[in-house]
Amino acid sequence: MIHVQDLTRVYHVPHKEPGLRGALRGLFKRRVEEVRAVDRVSFTVEPGACVGFLGPNGAGKTTTLKMLSGLLHPTSGSVSIFGHTPHARKRGFLTTIALVMGQKQQLIWDLPPRDTFDLNRAIYHIDPADYRRTLDDLVALLDLGALLDRPTRNLSLGERMKCELCAALLHRPRVLFLDEPTIGLDVAMQATLREFIRDYNRQTGATILLTTHYMNDVEALCPRVILIDQGTVRYDGALDRLVADTLPDKRVTLRLTAPPPPEALAPFGHLQRLEGDVAVLLVPRQTLQPTIARLLTDLPVADLSVDDPPLEDVMRRVFLRNTPPADPA
Amino acid sequence: MRHPLRIAAALLRVGVAEALVYRAQIIIWMLATTLPLVMLALWTTLAAEGPLQGYSEDTFIAYFLATILVRHLSECWAVWAINEEIRAGSLTLRLLRPLHPLWAYAGQVLGDRPLRLAIILPLVGLAFLLHDGPDLTADPLHWLAFPVAVAGAWLLQFAVHVLIGALAFWTEQSLALWSVWFGLWALLSGYLVPADLLPRWLQHLNAWLPFHAMLGLPVEIALGRIPAHDLLPHLALQAAWCLLLGAAALALWSRGVRRFEAYGA
Repeated sequence: MIHVQDLTRVYHVPHKEPGLRGALRGLFKRRVEEVRAVDRVSFTVEPGACVGFLGPNGAGKTTTLKMLSGLLHPTSGSVSIFGHTPHARKRGFLTTIALVMGQKQQLIWDLPPRDTFDLNRAIYHIDPADYRRTLDDLVALLDLGALLDRPTRNLSLGERMKCELCAALLHRPRVLFLDEPTIGLDVAMQATLREFIRDYNRQTGATILLTTHYMNDVEALCPRVILIDQGTVRYDGALDRLVADTLPDKRVTLRLTAPPPPEALAPFGHLQRLEGDVAVLLVPRQTLQPTIARLLTDLPVADLSVDDPPLEDVMRRVFLRNTPPADPA
Repeated sequence: MRHPLRIAAALLRVGVAEALVYRAQIIIWMLATTLPLVMLALWTTLAAEGPLQGYSEDTFIAYFLATILVRHLSECWAVWAINEEIRAGSLTLRLLRPLHPLWAYAGQVLGDRPLRLAIILPLVGLAFLLHDGPDLTADPLHWLAFPVAVAGAWLLQFAVHVLIGALAFWTEQSLALWSVWFGLWALLSGYLVPADLLPRWLQHLNAWLPFHAMLGLPVEIALGRIPAHDLLPHLALQAAWCLLLGAAALALWSRGVRRFEAYGA
């Protein structure tokens, strides 16, 4: 179980003024700014859960993950990961977790991934038989066969990311922190990694905390999300509920046998888009069923589909709502 | 094999493999270590007219050949790796592993030894064979003491590299301090001038400092210039400095890691 209580991290960032004058002034008087990156964050994650940790850039996600993985000492508050205090960085804790960062790599750049894997086998004291079995599994799941013996520098970003995941999972961590694991990858590779993470979570029961800016990752992997902005938690709960609460309308896409006049659609909901014979309507969830029934009887509908508004819209709405109003100048 | 040995073997394997990838760079570094040759030319010219405080031309040749050998055996470059990884934040990845990062740096540095030795041993060996004059010691006691002194010299180098490298946790200028250290080390370790040719007052002071134990001691042992009964006190002083600087390096490192804010990670 992951238990986080009033976790706070304050950075002291030196403030450097531009130009020669600023540099000279900095020699005598150094200004230090206090930045509260994470501010009294609390949450609990049950074993085996896969939780999305979301927020705009600079919201405090990575700082929180760093404190959870023991890389940063909290300024105040506490973290317990399966009974371990992360920043003590005891062997028991480090063998329990893995942190995979989309923008940093543990693979040795000039050597083939297999060398990093072998090194990890020794460092994590992995039994040779277990190592072979886990490696075989991961190689099959991630389709790494051809990559193991090529120098890392010659692999594509997606291939490297698959090998990074493999290196991080060899010791079978119970907790996996994923910091933007799909960043910069093409759509097909994103889907491959997403599928792998979902299967890994189901098969091993590992607890996963994921930060990402790709809403497809969130939809596919995280029934629960924690939203963080300006260092504080803005929402913690089911993804469905967040969507329903933030954008209470469902999106109904209609294809009609003939292009309709906009006024014919107005009684059914808010017309979001009309292009030729395709119309997109926003319909309140509570009246969805009767509205669809009426649509089907009143209009010449050839096709109809219902879905939630894109998660990007939900996030935009949440974070806009949390932004303090601009100064009326 | 027990775990620590298995880890050491794995680290060395990786270090050797990396050194082989960077073989051209390492060979260029080695060829660039020309200072002992320059000093050899300088001192043999000075000694051409007669021995300088017991050092003849031939003694200088033997001294600087042994210096080249010991320099390559005890060479360290961890300060640059440590400095870079702290500043760029990539130390993060080392801190996530259940292995003290200093072991990993040590493995990386020592991994290039086989390549260095494969090049330097034949060259220095051949030079000693061709050189007519004072040679390496034949005394088994000195040969026993030599690897111990080389290991001690390397440990001292590594501790200083960690001490100065770890300053990058606090300042961006740690490499400037490295240049100051290197100047002092070159003068007092026996790299530019044999320690017993330094002014008398500096010799007395230097006898208690760590510099001589970082190069001059193994060189003088290899040449048999240190009497057998003086070996133990010299090695004991070296060990004391290893303990002192090693403890200081570890303490500074752990304070630094607590401060590490992994910018850019």
